[in-house]
Amino acid sequence: MVTEETLKELALTFSEYELIIQKLGREPNKLELGLFGALWSEHCGYKHTKKLLRTIKSKSKNTLTEAGAENAGAVNIGNNKAIVMKIESHNHPSAIEPYEGAATGVGGIVRDIFAMGARPIALMNSLRFSNLSDDRNLQIAKGVVQGISGYGNCLGIPNIGGECSFDESYDDNPLVNAMCIGLVDKDKILSAKAENPGDLLIIIGAETGRDGIHGASGLASQNFEETVELRSAVQVGNPFLEKLLIEACLEISEMEELIGMQDCGAAGITSAAIEMAERSNLGLSLDISKVPVREEGMTPYEVMLSESQERMLIAVKDGEYKRIFEILDKWDLKCSIIGKFIKENVVKIYDKNKLVSETSIEALTNPPEYSLDQISKNYKPEIKKFLVKTSYKSFDEKLIKQHITELLKSDNLVSKKSIYKKYDHHVQTNTVVEPGEDSAVIRIKDTEKMLVFSCDGNSRLCALDPKTGSEINIAEACRNISVMGGTPIALTDGLNFGDPTKPKGAFQLVETFKGFNNACEIFDTPIISGNASLFNEGHKSSINPTPIIGAMGIMDNTIKTPKKSFNKNGDKIGFIGKEVWGSDLGLSGSEFQRIFENELSGDISIDLEFEKSIQEKIRKLIKNNLIISAHDISIGGFITAIVLCCEKNNLGAEINMSVPDSWAGALFGEDPTRILFSFKEEDKSKISEILGNESWKEIGTVTEKNIKFENILIESEPLILSYNKGFSKDI
Amino acid sequence: MKIGIVVFPGTWSESDTYYATKDILGINTEYIWHKDQKLNNCDLIILPGGFSYGDYLRTGAIASFSPIVNEVKEFANSGGPVIGICNGFQILCETKLLPGILLRNKNLSFVCEWSNLKVNNNSIFTDKFKNNEIIKIPISHGEGNFQADERAIKELEEENRVIFRYCSDEGETNIISNPNGSINNIAGIINKQGNVLGMMPHPEKACEKLIGGIDGLGIFESVIKRVTNGN
Repeated sequence: MVTEETLKELALTFSEYELIIQKLGREPNKLELGLFGALWSEHCGYKHTKKLLRTIKSKSKNTLTEAGAENAGAVNIGNNKAIVMKIESHNHPSAIEPYEGAATGVGGIVRDIFAMGARPIALMNSLRFSNLSDDRNLQIAKGVVQGISGYGNCLGIPNIGGECSFDESYDDNPLVNAMCIGLVDKDKILSAKAENPGDLLIIIGAETGRDGIHGASGLASQNFEETVELRSAVQVGNPFLEKLLIEACLEISEMEELIGMQDCGAAGITSAAIEMAERSNLGLSLDISKVPVREEGMTPYEVMLSESQERMLIAVKDGEYKRIFEILDKWDLKCSIIGKFIKENVVKIYDKNKLVSETSIEALTNPPEYSLDQISKNYKPEIKKFLVKTSYKSFDEKLIKQHITELLKSDNLVSKKSIYKKYDHHVQTNTVVEPGEDSAVIRIKDTEKMLVFSCDGNSRLCALDPKTGSEINIAEACRNISVMGGTPIALTDGLNFGDPTKPKGAFQLVETFKGFNNACEIFDTPIISGNASLFNEGHKSSINPTPIIGAMGIMDNTIKTPKKSFNKNGDKIGFIGKEVWGSDLGLSGSEFQRIFENELSGDISIDLEFEKSIQEKIRKLIKNNLIISAHDISIGGFITAIVLCCEKNNLGAEINMSVPDSWAGALFGEDPTRILFSFKEEDKSKISEILGNESWKEIGTVTEKNIKFENILIESEPLILSYNKGFSKDI
Repeated sequence: MKIGIVVFPGTWSESDTYYATKDILGINTEYIWHKDQKLNNCDLIILPGGFSYGDYLRTGAIASFSPIVNEVKEFANSGGPVIGICNGFQILCETKLLPGILLRNKNLSFVCEWSNLKVNNNSIFTDKFKNNEIIKIPISHGEGNFQADERAIKELEEENRVIFRYCSDEGETNIISNPNGSINNIAGIINKQGNVLGMMPHPEKACEKLIGGIDGLGIFESVIKRVTNGN
């Protein structure tokens, strides 16, 4: 009889154990229990999110893959080219071993991309830490950034951007989400499948060691109380080997003999091989003694569940592996035939001649699906109004200046250059717009296309109202694409949430999907791939619900991409979007609220149809080459946006408006759907022709220095200095 | 003329370099695999950037024992022009074709940014530039801190063999404009005979306006012109 402790280690519940017995018609042995633990984990089996994932918009006229069917999602960009992209989290490993956790996070997502036959052409990442004033947080942040730098730079893939922000909710539980983008000829996309009984299963790359056992089930599926004992569950990466794997696998992917390719990631061979068989509607016979190992005496359990990095599985026609092995030899890579696909729908695991397990694939790959709707029904969200202090509603020059100076020192608002400087963003020579802008732009050689990518998410808004917050997140991701001139066409999502078995966690997930569905429909942006990291619970509480959105847009390479910076003294400043000047809207969930009130409360809202129309307008202006710069107003509000526009070319702005009595809302409110742009005076009438007089406003002029409203002058230089000084502690 | 780009396991700048010389400049270019025995009658050899053999042990150290590197040495010693970029520079130092060594960056962090370089045009690789011209070329390295013993540095300076120095927008070569701690802000040097160039910045990443600049072209064009003119 199994002990409670064993089940806990595998993140299985007792009722799940009973279900396993029912499905097998007998008690599972230890190995089989391990297989179930891995495949029924959230990471592999999506038992808490599958129902929700099915509701999501995952298709458009451009999509080429079924959601969740392959290692990543693919979308058509024309010229027989496709983009493959996905985001993946490595939160729990990074909390324990920041450097290796983050490094192997990069390694894992890159393998997902080249498993599809695509050359990885860009990386991005989204990072969340708690306050840098705490030494452990600082150590985590440093380790994570060095890990991404150390592993990513070695691969020759540019890291073109992303974001990093800070909130107390990530104490003990940082978030490390890595996104990878790949390019492949549309007709050469690989599938992670075999075709016929008799096809061979071959492992390539690193030897299998004892590292990372229980990564998927243990680390990623439980909360975090006994982290010390999980140390061996973090894998160690070898980026050089990964680079060889990329080149060798891409060479092999062109060959007729190759049938399918699969990344060996979370839950190791168990997940990779069994899912491959499941997708192919075949069974599998596997001999674990054929797996090259690092140490003597590894048990079948250890071999099957190891998460050693830099391993790939391929399916090859029987007897036709010679040319493939020659290529692997050229790259000095090890390989071994470890099994064969069979007709019968079972996985038979042998240790030499001894059959150690025979289990139904159907049972292994169909974990129970939990309905979060039921769990979340017990949750009544607390609605807390934000009472804006009277002093924030009465014009006071001194107080305003103090608050601006203080806020712009926040680690969430300052330049992130000290991070992205550590990542190579030029290699492959396609980077048109580098990190530091609202989104990144790369060109696709031999086509007339440029692609725009953004990767971010605002978790404070999602904590207030997960549905509206998620709508705002998708709107902002798309807006970041639009202000560069791109039309958003696809998204990938990284779901970072707390415990879904608790009413609050379940509620947050359910609401988030509602928001996703609304926004994806309106922007016509399917979510083509993604990752769920649940059970993000620090020692004190769960994290803010943090859906990270990776967005992709497309545009012709004839478009002159505006950047965020004002360019020249005398240019005019325009505004389109929602008019909130004079109201306190947008202080809920804002950075202002966090810094000065240490609070998270209030209502948020967005009009998605209006947002869409504003984005169409800015794209039209860019297409007609009528604007010089464009930047959306987001975290830190209007004043922060203006400082960011002035910063690069050390300019100023004269704004033809008075700061109203409710100055906090006007200057620091983060209400969405607002864009600032600059233009040449002579283009004003053309802009009005395109937009109509009503829907935009000229609000000022670019000047040499300082930010001047009609009733207050704010010195720009100290603010620009403080922005460029960067984080409060050196990361 | 024909350009050969040597590819080691772990190299990643070979296709960027190929794109610059073949697609942009239209010069016949081919890859030379590290297991190959010959340089295939190439007229210019480029050792591109990356992490050859993972840069384990010491950057460029393992690559310098690769059989193809013996061929490169022979080619260089008989006067053939060789450019080592980034990891290629590190390999050239390890093979002793160039003096000195590239240590960890002074701040111990990888650095990727556009760097200003002050050009010495007294070389076959830079004679298209004006002397002391300031050009912009990206750097991307964790070990670019050039150091050598006093005598070697003195020799480099006296023989006018420092070809690129990191500098400010205004051309000042000081500690602020030095991204990695290199002695005398050295970013690139040539050998005594003047036919071997090693540089940390990546000229192949600065060959198109669309991606930020074309200052790298002058380096390839200078040496290509020399080779095609037969000197």
